[in-house]
Amino acid sequence: MSEEAPVFALENIVKGFPGVMALKGVSFACKAGEVHALVGENGAGKSTLIKVLSGIYQADEGSIILEGVARRFGTPLAALEAGICVIHQEFSLLPDRSVAENIFLGREPTRYGFLDRRRMSAQTEEALKIFGTARKFTGESRVGDLDISEKQMVEIAKALSRDAKVIVMDEPTAALNDTECAVLFTLIDRLRAQGRAIVYITHRMPEIQRLADRVTVLKDGAVTAAFDHVPEPETIVHAMVGRDIDTFYPEAGSRRGPLRLSIKGGGNGRLKAIDLDLYGGEIVGLAGVQGAGRTALAMALFGADPFTEGTVTIDGSPASLRQPRDAIQAGIGLLPGDRKSEGLALSQSVMDNGMLAPRALSGPAAAPESTRYGDTSSMADRFTALDLRAARYSQVIGSLSGGNQQKAIVARWMALSPSVLLFVEPTRGIDVNTKAAIYAQMRTLADAGAAVLLVSSDLPEILGVSDRILVMQDGRITAEFPRGAGEVEVMAAATHGAHEKAAA
Amino acid sequence: MSSPSIPRGPLDGFISALARVNPVVWLLILLLIAIVIISPNFLQPFGYMNFIRRAAPIAILAAGQVFVLTSGGFDLSQGALVTLTVIASSILLGGNEEMVWAVIAAMLAGGVLVGVINGLVVSYLKVPSIIATLGMMISLGGIALTWSGGSPRGYLPESFRFFGRYIIKDVPLVTILPIAVIVMIVVCAAFWWAMHRTNLGKMVHALGDNPTSARLSGVPVVRVRVAAFVLSSVSAVIAGIMLGGFAGVSTDVGLGLELQSITAAVLGGTRLLGGFGTVGGAVAGALALQALFTLLNFLGLPKPLRDVAQGLILIFAVALAAHRRRRSGIN
Amino acid sequence: MMRLRLITFVPAILLGVAVAIYGAIALGTGQPQFLTFDSLLNLFGRSIALGITAVGQTFVILVASIDLSVANLISVAAVLASFIMNGDPAMMLPATLAVLAIGAAVGLANGLVITMLQVNPLIATLGMALILQGLLSASFTNFAGAVPEEFQVFAYGTVGGIPVSILFLLGLTVFAWAFLRFTRAGSNFYAVGGNEDAARLAGIATRRVRILAHVLCSVCAATAGLYLASRLRSGAPWIGRDGVYDLESIAVVVIGGTILAGGRGGVWGTLVGVMVFSLIDSIFNIAGVDAFAKQILRGVIIVAAVAIYVARSNRMAA
Repeated sequence: MSEEAPVFALENIVKGFPGVMALKGVSFACKAGEVHALVGENGAGKSTLIKVLSGIYQADEGSIILEGVARRFGTPLAALEAGICVIHQEFSLLPDRSVAENIFLGREPTRYGFLDRRRMSAQTEEALKIFGTARKFTGESRVGDLDISEKQMVEIAKALSRDAKVIVMDEPTAALNDTECAVLFTLIDRLRAQGRAIVYITHRMPEIQRLADRVTVLKDGAVTAAFDHVPEPETIVHAMVGRDIDTFYPEAGSRRGPLRLSIKGGGNGRLKAIDLDLYGGEIVGLAGVQGAGRTALAMALFGADPFTEGTVTIDGSPASLRQPRDAIQAGIGLLPGDRKSEGLALSQSVMDNGMLAPRALSGPAAAPESTRYGDTSSMADRFTALDLRAARYSQVIGSLSGGNQQKAIVARWMALSPSVLLFVEPTRGIDVNTKAAIYAQMRTLADAGAAVLLVSSDLPEILGVSDRILVMQDGRITAEFPRGAGEVEVMAAATHGAHEKAAA
Repeated sequence: MSSPSIPRGPLDGFISALARVNPVVWLLILLLIAIVIISPNFLQPFGYMNFIRRAAPIAILAAGQVFVLTSGGFDLSQGALVTLTVIASSILLGGNEEMVWAVIAAMLAGGVLVGVINGLVVSYLKVPSIIATLGMMISLGGIALTWSGGSPRGYLPESFRFFGRYIIKDVPLVTILPIAVIVMIVVCAAFWWAMHRTNLGKMVHALGDNPTSARLSGVPVVRVRVAAFVLSSVSAVIAGIMLGGFAGVSTDVGLGLELQSITAAVLGGTRLLGGFGTVGGAVAGALALQALFTLLNFLGLPKPLRDVAQGLILIFAVALAAHRRRRSGIN
Repeated sequence: MMRLRLITFVPAILLGVAVAIYGAIALGTGQPQFLTFDSLLNLFGRSIALGITAVGQTFVILVASIDLSVANLISVAAVLASFIMNGDPAMMLPATLAVLAIGAAVGLANGLVITMLQVNPLIATLGMALILQGLLSASFTNFAGAVPEEFQVFAYGTVGGIPVSILFLLGLTVFAWAFLRFTRAGSNFYAVGGNEDAARLAGIATRRVRILAHVLCSVCAATAGLYLASRLRSGAPWIGRDGVYDLESIAVVVIGGTILAGGRGGVWGTLVGVMVFSLIDSIFNIAGVDAFAKQILRGVIIVAAVAIYVARSNRMAA
């Protein structure tokens, strides 16, 4: 193998899903002993690319070349055995088993048919050596007792014990603190020195500066820039952003209405010192990188993961939000980020899903067709107004597209005419036309007097829709921008390590 | 499904209506035809009324069980509660006719209490419902045995046995009408109303389908779950009052009834672990199960083979449902 | 090895509490004869069938399944054993082999229905329970046949003063422990129960693991049936159900620290659970608690035990 040949190369990978072209001919390669940063916004195609590399998806076109040989990985296991290890944000570990047992899961060394525990722990110690003094656990420690950074070490050790040639790390610092990040970076330096190829997925510019040898930027399923060096952060950000912000975003709000919700000193395990005022008629966008606390703030406000300190006032009266039902009764509605697991009752009808909250707040013995928040025919009108497409509204909602499902949840909350509406990732996995309809709906709700809070990882969306933009970092609100703020400055505020307070 | 090239006639509408009929109805019809072929007397009012009367307790139990199953749980304490109802009633009454209504009220109150405990243990202690209600089953069995001293004596006064036993004669059209059949129709209609014509029924469905989204939509999850267990326990008390009427006092009167009610509900299309269930289907399932038992009886097979048949159709019905869900792609 | 977590000690604490209460009541009621070695052996000797069944139940619960057909399988095994032997010592081996084979077949059927037809394990094994009980009751209505005296050694023999049955249960537990700890197949049980996706990703044939667990469980239940036939000198179609072995085996497994969600626990904990149960039983006996009141308390204790574990494991997850 020549010095220059990459360990692996993805060539012209094309991958489509019904209605979406996720990858439009992406090429990406990584040499031994280098860290190749893969950057791009949410939905740019990074995770699809990694799933193709690791055998979870099969590419429609293009080839995977590993050490000069074209390969096809039918299963994740095949890719794993070929030496490609992906360390996902969600670890695939057994919490009740020891570190050694996790590392050797499914391929434990045996002697005379019995587990060779001595060899297992010797090999585990060998694999754990790379962590040096940063490691506070042993091969016998129970994985469930380890913290997140230690679990990540176990995942890395698993990769090393398989002698992985390629290690893919998917936003490995999302849940780590500064000290833990420093440990991880040292470790990545060691892995590079060992000659492994490392694909490093991140949003954060300082990490790229610190670690990467090369940078590839993905946008809308295509490579928009590939650097054989590490350019200035501004250059990378410019290549990431600039997606078409076209006509489908709504007009700015005409005027700010009365104060509808106010949080003073709100905090819980994941949030600190939250001061937030939301006004009727206004859409406020909440930006930040993964783990910054955006979703946690929405869930605290909705009583699902309540504030443990601070006060909340809604329409001038203090509110105690201990559970979602309290929040709903106080006039808050939430469109959750994970539609299928948090928003919908998938095997119930479209109508039942729309009527769920109105019925839950009406008497249990009352007829389900007409509640105190409107009847089924007014709900049907709302569906029609939202252009919800279903053969019948009595159809099971699980068979509809994501966009139509989302419209049913929008209609559910509209029925309650809430004071405050929280949209968490409302357009994830939704086509462009439906997005436009949902944005228009948000504006309509705001114009009708509601305060709208938008939590999204899609920065262009935040910029296009919001009247005011707040940036979160480490559980705090750290910056505020008016409508019309540039993508680069907001991205910078969200990704820079230092807590900069931008001028509002 | 008719393709566009085929013109739609009135027959198509009829056929698609037939396709929507719960499959358990076809099973029931098939079994009834088989019974009639073997024993034409079944067509006499005495034959079919007696059949419905025998099916009534399982139908009522199944109508209650559907609420718990649809909410995502199991209620295994039904059978023991049936036994306890019969034994406690006979002891409390001690042959005293005047106390009948007071004792029935007390039994229903006891049923509510059992349901509340089941619901609260599952909701707050987070004990899986199968364990919580099994524990309840053992405890209720223990109460029944302790109270009766192990060998229940005594009898139930005639006015108590009225519900299970009395038959109105000389009724036009059907000649005879057992009170048990009337009770079954009234109770099942009430349960049907609660499941399919109230917000509660809709919330039970939403809770069993996805507890997280139900909670995030404002469904009072604990209250709905408790209500489901209460309805199931109340159905067991009613079934107990009826069985006391025609079977008399014994410690095994309720034995295995919880499994029969689950089997009936599953036959009627109720989805295990929640999200879908119909009272009508469960009642039809109970009738089908009773028809199967009757058929086996007419065929002269030993009574224990009922259990074999019940076990096989239970597994078959669940496997079929799992298969259909996999094929339709909805998990 | 050093797992200094409170939850690992719950079985030990429960055992300690049960022993303390037992001792206190024996002394407090002036019945110190209950504290002799022989009476303790006798105490545990009454739980052999439960112990054997529970070791098997541990396997299926470890893979996040459950078996509610064990009680009826015990009846089938006991009746068939005494029916086939019919007092003839020469038939001991064929009868034993036949019963174990039937156990394996029942476990295989359970496992196949659960993994291939994807029937909920509760329903699959409840259905199997009904089928077994129906077939048995249709064929036998009372004690059938008899086991030869030689076979009664299983229940009544002693080696050096220790009952054979207790030695057997200990041996079985050691064997099961060694299987779980020192073989790859045993290790796979924990993987499948703990995180099925991770197990599949690591190349483990998860269905085969589940099926094996069910076969082992049913073979254990069949063995418990053999033991009961030996103890009762004959088998009757109600002995399994009367012992409530399905529910009690699940209860002692859970009390012993194996979680119903699968992936954590082991057979030594189960053995501790069995001891706790037999101690509770004896405490009631010594204290003169009514036999039926015992049953009420038993239901409450089972639910409470599960609740304790759920509460503890929730705290860890948080």
